[in-house]
Amino acid sequence: MSEIATDLPRPQAASVVTEGGLVRGLLVTVAIVFLALFLVLPLVTVFVQAFAKGWDAYLAAFREPDALSAIRLTLITAAIAVPFNLVFGIAASWAIAKFEFTGKNLLVTLIDLPFSVSPVVSGLIYVLVFGSQGLLGPWLIEHDIQIIFALPGIVLATIFVTFPFVARQLIPLMQEQGTAEEEAALTLGASGWHAFRTVTLPNIRWGLLYSVLLCNARAMGEFGAVSVVSGHIRGLTNTLPLHVEILYNEYNFVASFAVASLLAGLALVTLGLKSLLEWRYAGDLAASGRRH
Amino acid sequence: MPPPLRPRRRFRQPSVIPGFGLTLGYTLTCLGLIVLLPLAALVVRASGLGLSGIWEVATDPRVASALRVSFGVSALAALTASVFGFLVAWVLTRYEFPGRRIVDAVVDLPFALPTAVAGIALASLYAPNGLVGAQLAKLGIEAAYTPLGIFIAMVFIGLPFAVRTVQPLIVEIDREIEEASATLGAGRIQTLTRVVLPPLIPAVLTGFALAFARGVGEYGSIIFIAGNLPYVSEIAPLLIVIKLSEFDYGGACAIATIMLGISFVTLLVINLIQAWSRRRFGYV
Amino acid sequence: MQRETHPTPTRRSLSLSVCLAALVLAGPVHWAGPARADSELLNVSYDPTRELYKDINAAFSADWKAKTGETVTVRASHGGSGSQARTVIDGIPADVVTLGIPSDIDAISRLSKKIPADWRSKLPNEGLPYTSTVVFLVRKGNPKGVKDWGDLVKPDVKVITPNPKTSAGGRWNFLAAWGYAFEKEGKNADKANAFVGDLYKNVPVLDTGARGSTVTFAQRGLGDVLPTWENEAYLVFDEFGRDKFDVVVPPTSIYAEPPVALVEANVDKKGTRRQAEAYLQFLYSDAAQAIFAKHHYRPLKRAAAKPEDLAQLPEVKLFKIEDLQGSWDDIQKKNFDNGGLFDQLSKAGR
Repeated sequence: MSEIATDLPRPQAASVVTEGGLVRGLLVTVAIVFLALFLVLPLVTVFVQAFAKGWDAYLAAFREPDALSAIRLTLITAAIAVPFNLVFGIAASWAIAKFEFTGKNLLVTLIDLPFSVSPVVSGLIYVLVFGSQGLLGPWLIEHDIQIIFALPGIVLATIFVTFPFVARQLIPLMQEQGTAEEEAALTLGASGWHAFRTVTLPNIRWGLLYSVLLCNARAMGEFGAVSVVSGHIRGLTNTLPLHVEILYNEYNFVASFAVASLLAGLALVTLGLKSLLEWRYAGDLAASGRRH
Repeated sequence: MPPPLRPRRRFRQPSVIPGFGLTLGYTLTCLGLIVLLPLAALVVRASGLGLSGIWEVATDPRVASALRVSFGVSALAALTASVFGFLVAWVLTRYEFPGRRIVDAVVDLPFALPTAVAGIALASLYAPNGLVGAQLAKLGIEAAYTPLGIFIAMVFIGLPFAVRTVQPLIVEIDREIEEASATLGAGRIQTLTRVVLPPLIPAVLTGFALAFARGVGEYGSIIFIAGNLPYVSEIAPLLIVIKLSEFDYGGACAIATIMLGISFVTLLVINLIQAWSRRRFGYV
Repeated sequence: MQRETHPTPTRRSLSLSVCLAALVLAGPVHWAGPARADSELLNVSYDPTRELYKDINAAFSADWKAKTGETVTVRASHGGSGSQARTVIDGIPADVVTLGIPSDIDAISRLSKKIPADWRSKLPNEGLPYTSTVVFLVRKGNPKGVKDWGDLVKPDVKVITPNPKTSAGGRWNFLAAWGYAFEKEGKNADKANAFVGDLYKNVPVLDTGARGSTVTFAQRGLGDVLPTWENEAYLVFDEFGRDKFDVVVPPTSIYAEPPVALVEANVDKKGTRRQAEAYLQFLYSDAAQAIFAKHHYRPLKRAAAKPEDLAQLPEVKLFKIEDLQGSWDDIQKKNFDNGGLFDQLSKAGR
C-alpha cells in the first residue's frame, strides 16, 4: 500500500533551511545504525548461516526432491496469483480512477482490507468456506473437489494476501493522469480497448511493472496464510517458506537458511529492480507517491 | 463521499470513457468472491456464538491478555517505527551522504523478505547465544522469547510503512516557506516545529496506523522469536492457531472477528485522517 | 442507466464481466483437480516422527513392490499433533493417521466421523505398534543435578516444554509430572495439581510443538532441562553432538501411547483401503519393529529389534495414565480442554 516510489531529488544545501553539519552527521549516523541493526543484520545472518558449512552443504539443500517440489509449487502459485492480481488491479484502477461514482471510497477501503487482516485469519477464512466442516464442504466432498490442503487453496490464500498490491499502486497513478488523453483517442475513433493499449498502458507501464515485482515477492514469501491451508504434505503442498520452517524443525539449519537465502535473494533482486526502475523512470513513478 | 448535489442524483457521473460496467463488474465480483464472501463466512461462524458469546471469548483472561499483548506491543512498536521512520525519511530526502540510494532501497526490505525468513533470522540473532542477544545478555537484557522479542519483530515489519508514508511529503515541502520563516527571524528549531512538522502529522499518523495494523496481525516472524507464554508473550494470531488445534472453531472465529473489526476501524481511521488532511492541508 | 452518454450497455457488460471473473476464479480449481496416482498414501503424523517415517515409508514401498508388484508412494505430513488432527477434520485426504496421543484421534472420530469411534479395537495392542516414554535432556555434566521429576520444581531450574494445548509431547510431559506427584503424594490429586503448577512456573518458553522446544533448548541455549519423548532426546544427541548434552532417565515415567488408525471415510473414497490397511499392518511387521527400535521408540515385539538398539532403551518403571485418571475423554477434558487444569494453572501462575 505504501510501496511508494520516491524520486530522490538532490538536496540543496541552503544554510537557513537545513540543520548544522554536526546535527546532520549525527542524524545520518543514527538512521544508518538503526537500519543496519534492524534490517540489514537479519539479512546478513541468513546468508552467513546458509554458508556456515561451505558451498557443498549449501548446494546440497537444493538437491533434495522436497526442496525442488517446494520451488515448483511456489513458482506455480506465483504464476497464477500474480497475473490474477494484475488483471484485477488494472480493472479496479480503471473503474476507480477513470470514473466518478457513489461508494468509491468504500470500495477502495474494501480493496485495502486484506492488508490489515492477519495472515492467520486469511488462511482461516478459506478453511471456513472450503473445509469439510465449512460452508461448501459437503458439496465439495460430494463432487470430489479438493480446495484446501491442495494447490487451489494455497493459490486462493496467496491471492488474498496480495490482493491490493497492484490496484493500490495503479489507482493514484491513473488518477494523476486523468482522462483527457483517452478521451482524445476515443474522439479520434479509437476503440476503448485500443485506447487502453496505446494510451493508458504506456503511461502506467513502469508503475505496473513495479507493483508486479512487489506482488510477486510477497506471493512467493507468504507464510502465515499458506501455513493454515497447506496441510504440510511433503513434496506436494509445501511452499518455499513452509519448507524453510520444516527444515528448521528438522534441525537442518544450514539447509533451512540456504532455502531462506533463496527467498532473501529474491527480495534483494526485487529491491534492486525496484530501485533501478525508480532511478530510470522517476518521473513516471512519482505520481504514485500520492496516496489515495 | 456523496457527489456534490445535482438535480438528479446518479450512481455515476457521465463520461465518454468506455468499460465502466466491465471493469467495475469484474472488480466487484473478484472482491466479493475472494475477500468479502470468505470474510462473511468468518463473521457468520462467529455470530453463531451470539454477541454475548463473542464478548465472553474476548473477556476470557487468556484471550484478553493475548489481545493486550498484540495491541499493546504493536502500538509501542509502531510508535518506535514512526519516530525512527521519520528520522530515516528526513535523512534520506534532506541530506546528501554516500550510499544514500542503497539505504533508500534497504528500507523496503521487510516488504520483500518473507516473514518466516525474517523470523528465523531474528531468532538466531537475538537468542541469548546469538550475535546481538549475547551482547544484550551481558547488559542483563533478554530479548528473544520475551515481549521485547515481539517488539523487535514488529518494528522490523512496520518500519517501511512509517518511512514510505512520510517520505514523499518531505520531498514536496516548499523550501520557500522555510526560507520565509527563517527570514522572519525564526530559529531552525522553531521553523521545524511550527512550519515544517504540522503538515506532516497526518502522514506520520497514517504510517503509524499502517505499521500498527500490520503488527497486530503479524504471525510468521513473531512465533519464532516470542516465548509464546500465556499471559506474557502469547499474541492473538497464535491464540487463533492454538484454538484451531484444540478444535475450538467458535473461539478461533471470535478472536479473528474481533481482530478483523479492529483492523477495519484502523483502516477507517486512516481514511478519516486523510480526508481531514485533504481539507486542512489540501493534500494527503 | 444513461444510455445516451455512454455507448456500452452497462448491464450487459456487467454480467459479462461477472462470468469472466467466475471463469478466471474457477480456472485453477478445475485445472488442479487431483490427478491422483492409483496408489499414493498420505500419512498424517505428529512432529517428532519425521525421520522415523522416512525409513518406514521407504521400507513399506519396497515391501509392497516385492509382494504385489505395485508401486505405492507414501507421502507424509508432520506438525503438532493437535493441528494435524485439525487438518484431517477439515478435509486433508489422509489415508492413515499416526498421532501423538489417543485423544487427538478421538477428536477426529467425534468431530468428523471419518474414523469409527471403536478405532482402538481395530488394530493389535489398541492401535499402538510402538510406545514411548518421557526422559530428560540436560546440559553436559547435568550442572543442576536433575535426577527425577521432583527436581523440576526447584526454584533455580528452568524447564523447556511445549504447550500441552497444541503438542502431544507437551501433554505427555504434563501427565507424566502429574502422575509422578500423584503417586508420591499418596494419590492426592490436589497436591499433584499444585506440583504441576509449580513446574509450569519454571517454564520460560512454551513452544507450539515438541520440535520448537527442542530448538529452543538445544540450538538457542535456553533452559536447564528438556523433558521430551525418549526418541527425541536421542535424536538431539545425534544431531547436536553427544558432547553437549546428557540424557537423564527418571526412575518412573509415563507409558506414552502414540496410536495409529485408518481414516476409513477417506480410503473408501480414494479407493486405497487395501494399501492403507497393508501399511498399518506393516507397522506391526518385524521389519518395521526393528526400524522403531533403531529410532529409539519402544517396539511392541522386542524380539524383532536388534539387541544393540534395545540396549539403548533402559528399564523404567512406567505408569499408565488411564489407571490414574480414567478414560481418555476424561483425561482430555479434565486437563486440557478450555477451562481445564492447564488453563487454571496458567491463570493462577501469571
